[in-house]
Amino acid sequence: MTVQPFHRSQADMVPERAAPVTTVGVIGWLRTNLFSSWINAAFTLIALYLLWLIVPALIDWAFVNADIAGDNRFACKSSGACWAWVDQRIDQFLYGFYTAEQTWRVDVAVLLLIPALAPLLFEGVPFARQLRWFSLAYPVVASFLLVGGIGLEGVPTDQFGGFMLNLTVGLAGIVLSLPIGILLALGRRSRLPIIRMLCIGFIEIVRGVPLITLLFVSNIILPIFLPPDVTVDSLIRVIVMVTAFASAYMAEVIRGGLQAIPRGQYEAAQALGLRYWQSMGLIVLPQALKISIPGIVNTFIGLFKDTTLVIIIGLFDILGIGNAMVAHPDWQGLSTEAYVFIALFFFVACFSMSRYSIHLEKRLDTERRY
Amino acid sequence: MADATPDATPDAAPAAAGDPTQEYRRIITIEGLNKWFGSFHVLRDIDLIVERQEKIVICGPSGSGKSTLIRCINRLEDHQEGRIVIDGTELTHDLKNIDTIRREVGMVFQQFNLFPHLTVLENLCIAPIWVRKTPRDEAEALAHRYLERVKIPEQVDKYPGQLSGGQQQRVAIARSLCMQPNIMLFDEPTSALDPEMIKEVLDVMVDLAESGMTMLVVTHEMGFASQVADRVIFMDQGQIVEQNTPSEFFNNPQSDRTKLFLSQILDK
Repeated sequence: MTVQPFHRSQADMVPERAAPVTTVGVIGWLRTNLFSSWINAAFTLIALYLLWLIVPALIDWAFVNADIAGDNRFACKSSGACWAWVDQRIDQFLYGFYTAEQTWRVDVAVLLLIPALAPLLFEGVPFARQLRWFSLAYPVVASFLLVGGIGLEGVPTDQFGGFMLNLTVGLAGIVLSLPIGILLALGRRSRLPIIRMLCIGFIEIVRGVPLITLLFVSNIILPIFLPPDVTVDSLIRVIVMVTAFASAYMAEVIRGGLQAIPRGQYEAAQALGLRYWQSMGLIVLPQALKISIPGIVNTFIGLFKDTTLVIIIGLFDILGIGNAMVAHPDWQGLSTEAYVFIALFFFVACFSMSRYSIHLEKRLDTERRY
Repeated sequence: MADATPDATPDAAPAAAGDPTQEYRRIITIEGLNKWFGSFHVLRDIDLIVERQEKIVICGPSGSGKSTLIRCINRLEDHQEGRIVIDGTELTHDLKNIDTIRREVGMVFQQFNLFPHLTVLENLCIAPIWVRKTPRDEAEALAHRYLERVKIPEQVDKYPGQLSGGQQQRVAIARSLCMQPNIMLFDEPTSALDPEMIKEVLDVMVDLAESGMTMLVVTHEMGFASQVADRVIFMDQGQIVEQNTPSEFFNNPQSDRTKLFLSQILDK
């Protein structure tokens, strides 16, 4: 074979051209995403047909043919949903049995969540530095508002209920399970055998048991071992158990993230003279937690939905309130409406967490090249 | 420098112990160092004395223990037998001594090991701020000075992932220098680089050598060795097989292993 000598001068270089119209813009998007092959096109058409079957029927049921007023289920005459109960029961769904004149305190606590969370979740929040102090104080402020004391009328925690109970247990669990999970994950990788054994023992035992069992243990078995005059508030027991359960999962999620950090990162931190906690806090954990975001948020979402299990120990969260309503003669049989309504609350909360985690992943992505 | 100070060879080391000026000039003393990875004897009877401002190049086939040797100097690896004394501080299990030594000894890695979640400036400032407790503005001034010195002042706000390999390695050198160490260890600093980037890193190292830094460099860049090194050490099977001035080492190798090794890398 002979070599054909070839070279290109600078003037001869191929100039840059725009991509073909069929690969960019709306047409490009449709082609690559919906009609890239015959099979893909067929699935697109089937999906459109199914949507056409479901969506209009759903809208009819939920809105067009729905009844929204009345004192009981007999007032609902049309073929669609019966939302008449919402007006009467909404307070119970939101606040449970919280003293009616005091529910403003729950509202204030929820509103204060905005300034408490904003500086932690987002960048560029005005007064972020000062607000972070408020974030730190928020758990105390919120407990004071909800439980009462010093000047505020006391509300016993067994009156907590409805979605407010889900939020209380869920947020407390989320806030506590992340740091505990981090410590457990670090402990499980510790070189000190006692610490390692304790962490492995905790993680494996708690993770190996259903949450319901833990709640039963806290409710029935624990009091047997405690002196009769010692009682632990049932809300605290729930928070402790939910936190313990989520922490065990969290620890394993974070351990996965820790394992993904190359050894060179630890070594570089050591070689620069950073101590163990400095290299963990400044170098390793920020990277490990970033990798673990999907798993962490997954655990948070699981934890939040698990708050409905408080019914096991006799507390009425939003699902418990819904069940009670469906069993009431006035509203018997409206389980579809009740559960759709409750599902919406959970969906909004969980979907927000999911979207936020995607936002956070993008914000922390420093690996990108441009 | 090694020609001028023949005491720096291991054989002569004990004789120099009583002389206070000799004592002062020594910055690293390694005596009878042995290390095992499990049952594998990776370092065997290493004796090495390094003087202030000396530049030593360590070479040898892979698995010969050269990286392990310099990693023992800042305690990224611990040793089982022998003594390592760095500038008057002996490396023991005492964490205080380890901290002292790590502050004085900088290290540059083959894989750069920059912190990918921090900008270049933050990479440079983190150790001065947290370890030396330098105020932030001073640390940043220091960082800018060293970035200038490694010739990439314009990259200060970028993330490591946005830099080329050569730029990353130069940032890594600057990061070590920001701790103002007395000794710099280089563990194959150019082995992970594309050929066209090796020179920019070596240039920075030559510049550093000329400024009088004590340097231990594990490398196969023989051009760098002959230009900069006072001494070349050849290691094989965990021991020092040969050491000499660069010109003698390359032109007149003594041991058969050295000859074989040189023929292999120089033919490449």
